[in-house]
Amino acid sequence: MASHLDSNVIPPSRQRETPRSGLTWIGQSMKRVEDPRILAGKGGYIDDVTVPGMAHAAMVTSPHAHARIVSIDTSKARALPGVIGVYTGQDLARVVDPCPSFASPPVPQHAIVLDKVRHVGEVVAAVVAEDRYVAEDAAELVEVEWEILPANVDIEASLEATGDAVIHPDDRDSNRALDESFQFGPVDEHFAAAAHVIKRRLRWHRSSAQAIETCGVVAQFDPISGSYTIHANTNFYNFIPFVIGGSLRVSPGELRIIPVLAGGSFGSKVFNHKILIRTAGLSRLAGVPVKYIEDRVEHFTNSDSHGSDRLYDAELAVMEDGTFKSLRFTVLDDYGAYLQFGVGTHGNAMAQVTGPYRIESFGMRVIAVLSNKTQQGPYRGFGSEVTNWVMERMADAAAKELGRDPVELREQNMIAADAFPYMIPTGNIYDSGNFQKVLAEAKGLFDLDAWRERAKALRAGGRCVGVGVATCMERSVYGPTEWWSLNNRETPGFTLTSTPEAITARVDPSGKLFVTLHSPMVGNSPETVVTQVLAERLTVAPEDVVINYSDSQSGFNSVGPQGSRFTAMIAGACVSASIKLEERLKRFGAYMLQRRPEDVELRDGCVAVVGSQDQKKTFAEIALTSSFFRLSFPEGEEYDSGIDCTAVYDHPISTDPDPERKHLGIFYPIVGHICHMVAVEVDPGTGKVEILDYAAVHDNGTIVNPRTLGGQVWGGTANGIGTALSEQFLYDADGQFTNPNFSEFAMPTANEMPRNFKLGHVETPSPYTEYGVKGGGEGGRLGAPSALTSAIEDALSDFGVTISSLPVTPPVLRGMIRAAQASG
Amino acid sequence: MKKTAINLTVNGRSRDAVVPPRMLLSDLIRHELALPGTHVGCEHGVCGACNVLVDGKAVRSCLMFAVQADGCEITTVEGFSAGGLDLVQTAFWEEHGLQCGFCTPGMLASAHELLAENPDPTDDEIREAIAGNLCRCTGYEYIIAAIRSAARKMRDAETAAKRQPA
Repeated sequence: MASHLDSNVIPPSRQRETPRSGLTWIGQSMKRVEDPRILAGKGGYIDDVTVPGMAHAAMVTSPHAHARIVSIDTSKARALPGVIGVYTGQDLARVVDPCPSFASPPVPQHAIVLDKVRHVGEVVAAVVAEDRYVAEDAAELVEVEWEILPANVDIEASLEATGDAVIHPDDRDSNRALDESFQFGPVDEHFAAAAHVIKRRLRWHRSSAQAIETCGVVAQFDPISGSYTIHANTNFYNFIPFVIGGSLRVSPGELRIIPVLAGGSFGSKVFNHKILIRTAGLSRLAGVPVKYIEDRVEHFTNSDSHGSDRLYDAELAVMEDGTFKSLRFTVLDDYGAYLQFGVGTHGNAMAQVTGPYRIESFGMRVIAVLSNKTQQGPYRGFGSEVTNWVMERMADAAAKELGRDPVELREQNMIAADAFPYMIPTGNIYDSGNFQKVLAEAKGLFDLDAWRERAKALRAGGRCVGVGVATCMERSVYGPTEWWSLNNRETPGFTLTSTPEAITARVDPSGKLFVTLHSPMVGNSPETVVTQVLAERLTVAPEDVVINYSDSQSGFNSVGPQGSRFTAMIAGACVSASIKLEERLKRFGAYMLQRRPEDVELRDGCVAVVGSQDQKKTFAEIALTSSFFRLSFPEGEEYDSGIDCTAVYDHPISTDPDPERKHLGIFYPIVGHICHMVAVEVDPGTGKVEILDYAAVHDNGTIVNPRTLGGQVWGGTANGIGTALSEQFLYDADGQFTNPNFSEFAMPTANEMPRNFKLGHVETPSPYTEYGVKGGGEGGRLGAPSALTSAIEDALSDFGVTISSLPVTPPVLRGMIRAAQASG
Repeated sequence: MKKTAINLTVNGRSRDAVVPPRMLLSDLIRHELALPGTHVGCEHGVCGACNVLVDGKAVRSCLMFAVQADGCEITTVEGFSAGGLDLVQTAFWEEHGLQCGFCTPGMLASAHELLAENPDPTDDEIREAIAGNLCRCTGYEYIIAAIRSAARKMRDAETAAKRQPA
């Protein structure tokens, strides 16, 4: 039967290192090589950078959500001793152009606004002064006269805005930035044939990553060469020069970005292009190097990394026997005042929108809504955390309406273990998996049957105890078509298809393996992964691997840690480099051993004759000779001195979206699977949720380092607990952001974490990546909100409470319980 | 702004400084004394990344003025590792008690304060001791494991020291 997916042919695997047992270093919980210097306080974060003559910037920010600037008076600020300069948007525009936008058509954005502000915290002027204290004093002396405009705060009302409430009136006559509809397969037919159509309105509120370190930049403009040198904690330093060079009016050759260790990202530091552009421009205007580090309030209100803020009207078509047939929804997403990445967060969600279930078709209308809030950016999950929750809410709703057991109904609909690679209706594939095995493992670890009995008994005794189960996908290793595939087809924008990762490596005359990474460390473990994979592939000792980082001018194509791609991609780059280095080592080593290259092998850091114990040369001997004794080898460029290479690994398996968008191609194919089970107790008097027990089983393919993967699962789950129970950005009717601080935006502390978290792993290797590695950086947050929601709903089942919105903070839950009591 | 001369002992070394009265202790440590291991996460006293030991107590250095530290003895993360990683730092390394490391100096200060008072803490006591330190990476479990392990290492070291003939 013809299908909309017929044109989406799965390419053959390019895997070179097959998954296998008996590996030496891959699979070990090796202590991280990054840690000693970080533990000693010598990590080198952005605020640790100082350059001679450096001045400090402070921002004048908007107290209003939406207002025209009538006038700005900077005279008092400029007169303050120690102030070097005060700069408005007009001043900055003399040296920089608007920020890049991945949306198409773009939503214009300036690093300092020109004529009006569109959210609280937006920058209207900047002070550069000899120290930060003086800069902040001066910022308070800048006087701005405002004309207040109507603020758009509500996601639905914003779409109806007209006149002065339109946020970008020069570019569009409404606050609807994008409105696109998609049908992947015969959605209408499937709904017409369904025995049950489950409907839910679901609301996911905004929060953000809030890494403990904010974003920062130290920028220096050299007027002689016309070039910038910039230190920044962006994730993305080998691509960002291309992205911001246009705004700074320089070529990437005149722009050197030097990475630093970033104090956490979770997506929030992926680009950071606005503060890069602004700080660079300030250094040019002020004629001195400028440091700008966001304070916490600025990071909350102006960091361009707010998470998803969505309203779904979702429908699931279910057959009489409980088979999930089709899913469709209309989603409004409050993107805030700008649209830096288009609707990439929805493109991302198309990777796994139908979850682990055999759902044959999927339809969507996505509407990007502009509002007077900070714009969205990435946060761990990048939009898929929301669709995971939507899918799981719909599965629970179906179970409830059909009178079925929610776990058993999930099992009935799960993709079978022999059905991989499995193509979902959007065209993405799931490379491999065994969802049933993950579920069985989780049931055992958690003792689901016992917990259900216990919860039932406790409820009978008047306590609000419940159990929740979520079975979710964790896509990893993204292809960049997600950024643009949902854009208007006539104006798709920059249709990027590459997401490479590279390393540079050389065997030094001492025998050490010197490796240069082209992506920064942001709290992940890049040096440890590279050490383990290279030690494995080249048979060297981990302590012989020495790692450093390039800058954007010495670096090479690398996208960095985002979208749970880094471990799988850098492992690929390590294998590519190893193949090149092996060829060189064998060529020189074989000549030194007076053998042919095909007669030797790598063994314990040596080139050794196959079948011989003692005929071998160490890498040190070979590298020393090849580096310093050219006359010991024959003529010919294949013996050019030294052993080094740069190796790049491109996305292992991806295809283009269909031109008519009948499907979106393969773009996020290396999928993990997660099952979270949780037991909670709700205090009906206060609405407080206590986690009684928690089990998480993750399948992330071949595990490089169990301990660091465990850390990712734990940390992601903590983020997910916050997302479900406490973290929400609150706005009043005027668009004031009322809780931009760590006191009122309540992130989990050690006390909020479950006491007896149980972590399990299943390893279903990928057939496409080297050694079968899958990503695992986001799974906790991709599963925890769904499991917790189910558990809380179960705990409150006697009240008949249905949860359709997150987070469920204590006052929210208390209100729901009170309403249920009043109506009951 | 009028400046005040202060003297304090930082990581065992006497340091003189002349500072404006409003300068935060965190800024003095980081920018004037060039000890960037102490990190600033929120500057409103919630996250605990800036915790240092002031006369043995874990203190938010962003909530204290430098002039208030006049005459005090201060230990920062650089002090913990003056002779190589100490037992607590080693335990954090072994147990994977850090990812990005930004909160770690403050965690180490809180851990030191706890272990000085309570050499054999329960997990709940460890939790309580670090409940004033936010970590966004780890979910805390391996930090708790690290402090548990550090306590054991310190007790073992103490026992071994007692066994040594005087």
